[in-house]
Amino acid sequence: MKILVPVKRVVDFNVKVRVKADGSGIDLANIKMSMNPFDEIAVEEALRQKEAGKATEVVVVSIGPAQAAETIRTGLAMGADRGILVKADGPVEPLAVAKLLKAVAGAEAPGLIILGKQAIDDDSNQTGQMLAALLGWAQGTFASKLVISGENAEVTREVDGGHETIRLKLPAIVTTDLRLNEPRYASLPNIMKAKKKPIDEKSPADLGVDTTPRLKVLKTSEPPGRRAGVKVASVAELVEKLKNEAGVL
Amino acid sequence: MTTLLIADHDNASLKDATARALTAAGLLGGDIHILVAGKDCAAAANAAAKLAGVAKVLHAEGNELEHQLAEPLAALIVALAPAHDVLAAPATASGKNVMPRVAALLDVMQVSDVIKVVAPDTFERPIYAGNAVQTVQATDAKKVVTFRPAAFKPAPAGGPAPIETIAPSADGGLSTYVGAELSRSERPELTAARIVISGGRAFQSAENFKKYLEPIADKLGAAIGASRAAVDAGYAPNDFQVGQTGKVVAPDLYIACGISGAIQHLAGMKDAKVIVAINKDADAPIFSIADYGLVGDLFQLLPELEKAL
Repeated sequence: MKILVPVKRVVDFNVKVRVKADGSGIDLANIKMSMNPFDEIAVEEALRQKEAGKATEVVVVSIGPAQAAETIRTGLAMGADRGILVKADGPVEPLAVAKLLKAVAGAEAPGLIILGKQAIDDDSNQTGQMLAALLGWAQGTFASKLVISGENAEVTREVDGGHETIRLKLPAIVTTDLRLNEPRYASLPNIMKAKKKPIDEKSPADLGVDTTPRLKVLKTSEPPGRRAGVKVASVAELVEKLKNEAGVL
Repeated sequence: MTTLLIADHDNASLKDATARALTAAGLLGGDIHILVAGKDCAAAANAAAKLAGVAKVLHAEGNELEHQLAEPLAALIVALAPAHDVLAAPATASGKNVMPRVAALLDVMQVSDVIKVVAPDTFERPIYAGNAVQTVQATDAKKVVTFRPAAFKPAPAGGPAPIETIAPSADGGLSTYVGAELSRSERPELTAARIVISGGRAFQSAENFKKYLEPIADKLGAAIGASRAAVDAGYAPNDFQVGQTGKVVAPDLYIACGISGAIQHLAGMKDAKVIVAINKDADAPIFSIADYGLVGDLFQLLPELEKAL
């Protein structure tokens, strides 16, 4: 079985982004970019399934600018077998991403697609569910555990009240939550080896998908700020202030 | 204009998030229908009918709907879509799971996690863990929207609205429910609580986490939350996590204990009315957004706080 893992190039999670003064977006000049952390977990899970003999090949796919090839290389250095870059400049919304991935899945015929549950830039949390809909496959979102056995995948999901386990008919979509695994670091020899692994390049036109955005971004602004308040000296002073000044006790 | 709001419920009762999403849906104008889809969920349907501003409750019963599995629930919502202009849900685990599936089936781009309704087709939503707010206009004829519960007040009681029984959709059998391990607690729900007390990695163990936080939570009638670090370390269960990828809360009072204040945690609590930070590191970033800061050792200060309440 082949596992397909879509990965997104995003602003590194340690970077505190700044809104452009004219409200036209986020200032992305000279900012460190990395693989979306949830996608790293997805790559790791695919590799673990392959190492456990449940999969034969792990293919990493990214949709984005030419530099998204670096993100694919990161996945290849972790141990994925090959990559596919769908080159697209400018923002591509989750719905269009799902359509592009559907076309890739049509050509690759994977038994399982593992995605991050959300990208930490637009925080949409949509692509996996949308792809499942377009393919007519079962979905197991927010996974904290994945067990593949024969024709099925058992997925334990992080839900509002705790955990829930569901059984999916394969082929299926799984999206990762934080505690599914801890991604490995790529070793230097593997980084070198990754340079020789193939990355196939395609365009949205090749795949017959129109990526015109459906949401018009009118404005990007700073959230209302919060200022540091006061430091209190003791528990007694804290309780007194919460009762009499803030009125919340 | 007619909006279909998908209720989040556990068959026996309606989640508070539903009443909050109802308030948001009310800002769109037009009639609001609430869909309560489940198994033996008449009680939840009755609760939905008693919320102010509901024109009609659609009540669907089916075995495959008992656990809100995405595939049959999405199929049902899509079948109801022609009669509605907006399909909406609270951005809870269930809403986040099913709505993008609905959107893609309708070839609509969803607007996720809306915090403000600017116009019936224009919304504000946070991006980059809440470090920026985007105003977007949805150009699709039909809208699919999820509302962040913490950004809206629950709709008051009203009604009762009529309840109409509708047929469930056929189950494709793509997925089946196996079981669940749900935390049981007498405390209020994290996302609905007026007071939340949260703990971080500084607690050092699951035992300490319980021992020091629970007595205070009980005295205050507060819900207990946790930072990602505390959940990753196994001190607290996953459903306690407050943050960008966990739960977003906006209580009247948020008490952060031993939490340094990583960007992704602040994303989940910075809209609280009053924030208290208790931390031994006077330079911890949490103090830069806290209304009241107390520097010192948790294991000494928390028992003192419990006594003082």
